[in-house]
Amino acid sequence: MKYIGGRILHSLFLLFGVSLLCFLLADLAPGDYYSELRLDPTISADAVAAMRARAGLNRPFVVRYGAWAAAALRGDFGYSLAYGAPAGPIVRERIRATLLLTGTATLVAWLLAVPWGVWSADRRGTWGDAASRAILALLLAIPDLLLAIVLLVWAVESGALPAGGMVSRDFAATGTAGKLLDVARHLALPAGVLVLGMLPVLARHVRASVGEALDSEFAASARANGIPHRRLLFRHVLPAALNPLISLFGLSLGTLLSASLLVEVVMGWPGLGPLFLDAIMARDFTIVLAVVMLSTLFLIAGNLAADLLLYRADPRIRVRS
Amino acid sequence: MKAAVVLLVALHAAILLAGVLAPYPYDEQHRDYPYAPPSHIHFAGLRPYVEDAATGRRDAVRFFVHGRLLGVDSPGVLFLCGTDGLGRDIFSRLLYGGQVSLLTGLLATAVSLLAGLVLGASAGFFGGWTDRVLMRSGELTMAVPWLYLLLAVRAFLPLHIGTGEAFLLLIAIIGGIGWVRPARLVRGVALSGREQPFVLAARGFGASNFYLLRRHVAPQAWGVLLTQATVLIPQYVLAEVALSFLGLGIGEPVPSWGNMLTEARQYYVVVQHPWLLAPGLAVIPFLLGYLRVADGLLERQ
Repeated sequence: MKYIGGRILHSLFLLFGVSLLCFLLADLAPGDYYSELRLDPTISADAVAAMRARAGLNRPFVVRYGAWAAAALRGDFGYSLAYGAPAGPIVRERIRATLLLTGTATLVAWLLAVPWGVWSADRRGTWGDAASRAILALLLAIPDLLLAIVLLVWAVESGALPAGGMVSRDFAATGTAGKLLDVARHLALPAGVLVLGMLPVLARHVRASVGEALDSEFAASARANGIPHRRLLFRHVLPAALNPLISLFGLSLGTLLSASLLVEVVMGWPGLGPLFLDAIMARDFTIVLAVVMLSTLFLIAGNLAADLLLYRADPRIRVRS
Repeated sequence: MKAAVVLLVALHAAILLAGVLAPYPYDEQHRDYPYAPPSHIHFAGLRPYVEDAATGRRDAVRFFVHGRLLGVDSPGVLFLCGTDGLGRDIFSRLLYGGQVSLLTGLLATAVSLLAGLVLGASAGFFGGWTDRVLMRSGELTMAVPWLYLLLAVRAFLPLHIGTGEAFLLLIAIIGGIGWVRPARLVRGVALSGREQPFVLAARGFGASNFYLLRRHVAPQAWGVLLTQATVLIPQYVLAEVALSFLGLGIGEPVPSWGNMLTEARQYYVVVQHPWLLAPGLAVIPFLLGYLRVADGLLERQ
């Protein structure tokens, strides 16, 4: 219990530290939403100064940080000047789209990577393993960006799948089943790009850790005792190889919000990525901070989840703490 | 591994010699040839020539003209990878753009490794408060998703800046954010190195901390840093590509692989002119080479 409490406290500390640093960075940043406004000749300098004062930007740093942190805890992350609305609801709507995309992709990637990695580790030294390694290396070397553009071009040329976006124009008019199918068809391409990007990383890790467990003495002795090969692989070796994979799974969970930025931008998926980019271009720091904080929250939570899972899975950690 | 090193050396040499290998300067516009497809090279016996699509005129491809490896005489044109919307030769821009992208990756890696070496060695060697403060700030850096941290830091800096400034800024940001992983590795080396008998002996002879760090800890960290470099360089080149692609990095008219791909962002243009994807393809052999070398080095450790 002490271990779990320690991990949670540590996560909270990290979250606080990151929020303070990010807010400080945004505060020190030269230029903000108002300085972009000043480029507009129809708005006078006095008006901009008055708007600044009204937004409370003249208060001391600690007060502003406190107000912002309180708003973040309430879930609205302050007022976005570019959108003229609280940042929270805008961001939350985008998060659902991003989670749908990355959640699907992560699930598929893991479901493919584990059998692939185990298969490959089991056949080390054969041509099959060599071929699989070559394929994985090639996949790893193809930039997501290129893959996204190529698949998009393929979709346009073949017409088999919709090119970009999340829903068709007549979405509102279709029934529930039609809606699900429509989103699924739009999801296929960006999710496919993400799966092809995640798969080589995951499969290589699975192969490495399973291979290490296969080389250990307990595996040799289990084999000598006549344990069937499949049972040896999945009941004995895979659990022993689990620890690094749990950490990796935590990282997968943690990057759910941040893994798809480029793909979303290229494919026009209405997730956090395009919102973040637009906010950067408009110097809308409220949205920038909200997106950074939420993606950080996910990453920290993912690592925490991995720690807790490790605690469950590995008795050595339980004994030590 | 050997083949990968040879491949990498050849690729880097080609990029380095862009001024000789490229038929045209990176900003030379052939306004009569927007989105021209790659030139077909025909052979008359052993003499290569290109045929002008409109007039059917034949222009001989000549070697070593105007201080460049190959080219054709003035009314004729030679576009090995086609041209972009402004009629600029993509092959030449690939080579010059490679200089920008690769140099960003290499220098940013140097920044990361140097910062990692100094900070990691101090953390491991001095321990105590230095160690705690450095490792805690490292954890804070690692708590934010990498690409988002990169973009956020970029967001908080001025958006509209000159190309030279943008180049230095990218190196500083990409390299500065990446100090944590090398620092942790070097810290491990320093921690174990601190207790080794020959280090204790040197200390006993009155060696200063700086001397010990320089002569005993840093050399041991060398292998670790080399491996890290092969991991970081491709990652950082991709970071430059991503940032410039999104319009937050190197700007026109100077080419980089990232901002060249920006044109491919309009997919209906790419459907007609697939050679615009060339900069994306150019990255692949680099990544493969570095990946293979990194794997080889990791296996050896």
